[in-house]
Amino acid sequence: MKIDITRREFSEYRQAWRYQKELVNLRRSGLISDTLILTEHPAVITIGRKGRKSDGNVLVSDRVLDSKGIEVVEIDRGGDITLHCPGQLVCYPVMDLKNYGRDAHRYLRNLEEVIIGALGEHGIDSQRVEGATGVWVGDEKISSIGVGVTGWITYHGVSLNVCPDLEQYSLINMCGMKNARATSMKKILNRGISVDEVFPAVIEHFKKVFGNYYETTNSCGTGRQNRFKQC
Amino acid sequence: MKEIILPELGEDVKEATVSFWHHKEGDEVAKDDDLVEFYTDKANFNVKSPASGVLKTISAKEGEKIEVGSVIGVIEEK
Repeated sequence: MKIDITRREFSEYRQAWRYQKELVNLRRSGLISDTLILTEHPAVITIGRKGRKSDGNVLVSDRVLDSKGIEVVEIDRGGDITLHCPGQLVCYPVMDLKNYGRDAHRYLRNLEEVIIGALGEHGIDSQRVEGATGVWVGDEKISSIGVGVTGWITYHGVSLNVCPDLEQYSLINMCGMKNARATSMKKILNRGISVDEVFPAVIEHFKKVFGNYYETTNSCGTGRQNRFKQC
Repeated sequence: MKEIILPELGEDVKEATVSFWHHKEGDEVAKDDDLVEFYTDKANFNVKSPASGVLKTISAKEGEKIEVGSVIGVIEEK
């Protein structure tokens, strides 16, 4: 098995969602390999199947959201409400779990392992919390996970707070939990750090966790692109 | 008749909640059409139609928790 890695510095949320679905169809048809997309989004609130906008976990009015240009999108992933914004790395693996034991929850634990490993590379100790999927540093959440699986092909995935404006999390009850607080690598390390500094470690740990199944096709570059770049 | 079964989703996944059906009873469906979505804690699953025909019965309602391996509906094959 091999993995293609696609890096785009920024992508609009809905565009990235459509792109994942295209890849899911191509993966199912066997026309492409497993693919890992790494990107960032402009600020957007997404709600998985476990929640609804009407649940009251968006804490500001539509007018406030409009003024900030933040859309609320109900989507086809597991989990509840989350927020994406610049400074947060999002990773969308489109992979065929038939090659990984057909186990959706083991896949969640594996994604956590990737993030815990990548954070370790940057000197941050992080943990799982039983019953609260994601990665935590103490009682603060640094990484959220919500996946979709169709015909055992995965989409959606995992986010990692590298250097987002954490104030934005005051717009929502993260994951539908009233007391959950978000943290970031920047806050923990108490210094500036960029997504570009972090994503190589995520790729390395992705390969490590998903084992020797993979050979990577190419090394990966960065840069603003109009389209997703195979790199 | 072809039973639609909630498949095994993983070792520690015993049940899942019906999110919604893409079709209603009486609809014609083709094999591999998206049929019904389920979710567990952080994963969402799309179950595809096991056969072409008419969606005769839906026995798992939206919002209902279902054990894996359960029959959730029936397709009358053409």
